[in-house]
Amino acid sequence: MQSNSKVLLINHEKCTGCRLCEQVCAVRHHGSSNPARSRIRVMKWEMEGLYVPVSCQQCQDAPCLNGCPVGAISRNEELNRVEVNYDVCIGCRTCVSVCPFGAMHYNAIDGQVAKCDLCDGDPQCARFCDIKAIEYTDGGDVSIEKKRAAALRLSTVKKQATVLEQHTA
Amino acid sequence: MALDRKIAYINLTTGDIEIKPIPMEVRKKFLGGRGLDAYLLYNHTKKGCDPLGPDNALIISGGILCATLASATARTHVMAKSPLTGLLGSCNMGGFFSPEMAWAGFHHLVIKGKAKKPSYIYINNGKIEIRDAANIWGKTVTDAQWAIHDELNDKEVKSLVIGPAGENLVAFANVMTGVKNAGGRTGMGAVMGSKNLKAVSCRGTMDVKITHPVEALEYNKKFIEQITGAKVSQTQGTLGTPFIWGATNSWGGVRTENFRYNQLEYADDIEPERIDEIATETMGPYHMAGCFGCQVHCRAQYKIPSGKYKGKYDEGPEYTSQGAFGAEVGCRSAETVLAGNHLVDQLGMDNLETGSIISWAMECFEEGLITKDQTDGIDLRFGNDEAVLEMIERICYRKGWLGDVLAKGGIPASKDIGKNSFDYLIQVKGMNNLHSDERATPALALNIATSSRGSDHLRSRPAIDLYHLPEKVLRKIYSTPVPYDGPLSSEHTEYIGKPWQVFWQENCYMAVDSLGICKYHTTFLGATLPNFENWPKVLYLNTGIEMTPEEIWQVARRNNMIERMFNLREGATRNDPEKGDVLNHRYHDEPCKRGAIDVIGRYIIKEKFDKMVDEFYEHKGLDKNGIPKKSTLKELGLENEPSHLL
Repeated sequence: MQSNSKVLLINHEKCTGCRLCEQVCAVRHHGSSNPARSRIRVMKWEMEGLYVPVSCQQCQDAPCLNGCPVGAISRNEELNRVEVNYDVCIGCRTCVSVCPFGAMHYNAIDGQVAKCDLCDGDPQCARFCDIKAIEYTDGGDVSIEKKRAAALRLSTVKKQATVLEQHTA
Repeated sequence: MALDRKIAYINLTTGDIEIKPIPMEVRKKFLGGRGLDAYLLYNHTKKGCDPLGPDNALIISGGILCATLASATARTHVMAKSPLTGLLGSCNMGGFFSPEMAWAGFHHLVIKGKAKKPSYIYINNGKIEIRDAANIWGKTVTDAQWAIHDELNDKEVKSLVIGPAGENLVAFANVMTGVKNAGGRTGMGAVMGSKNLKAVSCRGTMDVKITHPVEALEYNKKFIEQITGAKVSQTQGTLGTPFIWGATNSWGGVRTENFRYNQLEYADDIEPERIDEIATETMGPYHMAGCFGCQVHCRAQYKIPSGKYKGKYDEGPEYTSQGAFGAEVGCRSAETVLAGNHLVDQLGMDNLETGSIISWAMECFEEGLITKDQTDGIDLRFGNDEAVLEMIERICYRKGWLGDVLAKGGIPASKDIGKNSFDYLIQVKGMNNLHSDERATPALALNIATSSRGSDHLRSRPAIDLYHLPEKVLRKIYSTPVPYDGPLSSEHTEYIGKPWQVFWQENCYMAVDSLGICKYHTTFLGATLPNFENWPKVLYLNTGIEMTPEEIWQVARRNNMIERMFNLREGATRNDPEKGDVLNHRYHDEPCKRGAIDVIGRYIIKEKFDKMVDEFYEHKGLDKNGIPKKSTLKELGLENEPSHLL
């Protein structure tokens, strides 16, 4: 089977802080509007206007997978995700404590760990994020846009420097 | 599910708390939010109660769709008898408060009594606690919210708070949540202050079950596309509401120097593009923020670029601040608009009323009705930026004779200032008008004159009347869900057909306020946005309630009628200059001096205006005096009020 290389790309600078991603995640997975059940959460620093969505990075060398004492966490190459087998999971929350992003969520309502499963290939957070702070995109292209933005910045600075040189010469 | 959210009755005098379910019968009759608030206010206050006394009922709510998948179901409504007008007090705000209240288990709170000491209410997953606010009292709007975070050791708590203005019982103090989301109008902050209530804080993790989650997700996607697909939503998402101010000022619909002019000339520094430039310079290219679940994101973020308040972070400004601290007071400086906006946000007072009352005082000063002794030497002339910012603080802290007088609100202040100062006050039912000038737009004039909470644009304004839409388009909008075959005119300076448009919008806005969604998601600024035809499906998928567009229309009519019944019970009559459905005489006597060619020279012709009011009353089912006919009350099932269903 062909493996999927798509990833969830979060550009927090664009985030408007509306938390629709939290809502649609909870409805998709639990049929309830309830951020406490969402696998993506928007962290906010309100006096700085800073909003940062946090979700699972589907790490290649995932600490949650490595740390799980019963081997309940595995990598699904087809969907390019790290997933939990709830038949095996003992609910010890080791994965929660070792995740460097706080993205392994513990849902206190059901007493279960929960993480992003990319909605089996159609992540609702990305689908509903109109401003595209969250996108579902090919992993290989993730840095291309950043490269382009950095290149533009560099070339602009270069042009300005040339103008300045001519001006001061 | 949404329908199992409860109502809590909290008595701050005794500490008694009673929690009840909201019966389906009540839901179907009033939906929730503002509509059910109006019913509760009518039932839980007595005629003539003191707005700042313990018997006034402060009602806080979310709409029936609060926190569900219906796009921007974030609106919080607050209602009580108003200390500003002595009539209906009512305000509506965005942000994140009411969804958190829903997740904590509640849709409506009815708060009565008065706490012995400064207090706040903390609601956490169905439990309600009245807590000591000693460490929070006196703090500004944002400081108070962060102090509550620290005290409860929980940054996810959402609070609705008052600032120092509410504590000082300024008649137009507001209630706020977040940095700038404000329930601005009619002085609900003073009602909270009078109850020694600094804040209501919520934290919840209780499911709001969606009745048909898969379908609701798909329909919400379409619903959002319908909203964000409209050009007006896209402009709002880029420039925020300031773009409306810019457009309105361009043709001459902005109140300038109180009411002397209808357009601010040489306003480059406060035009929407300039405001946006400052936001971009100080916060970067992505500086727009959204309320819960909203993809319009009309709220800008900025830092004040210069002056005394340089570097202070705030959100907005809304178009009302360009009016309040710009055109109305004759100022042309972005710095003043942004600083004024910041001050009222921090102090917790209504920007519209504050700017308007200062501009009125300025005209009184220039006309010699207020002396320099009374201003403590402040040269209160139009265009004095420093004086505007100084007066905001003086009103909040009731400093000096004039600060204290203005803090009482327009009509009481006009009695203290005396002479003919009342003639200059641009108010309806005791609430000052926002920054718009309606002399060239009869539909908008009828809207402010008949609005249930006083001079206001958010209760029945047919804003799309300004777009010169073809009659065919107007007819399509205005003849659903109930037929209308009377006249309609695409011309915004006309009088014909306008009463129906105002009546239709009044019901449309009441419906969204009762559902709990934002007006920017309905037929307010965009003609193609969702309304009655779309709501039944949203309501059904999210809550399971089956209602037709006509039934929602009837609920809206019923809820509007209760608001009118409340005002009538408090002594409002049609032609009372202080409580009636009338305009300041200047609308009829002073023609527009500036603006577009079809605006200059316009004024509201009194006879035609009176005829519009007659016709509007007929549509509503009122007699010539504005009193509901018996048959109307029977049709709406309101013949036995107060009926104490809840």
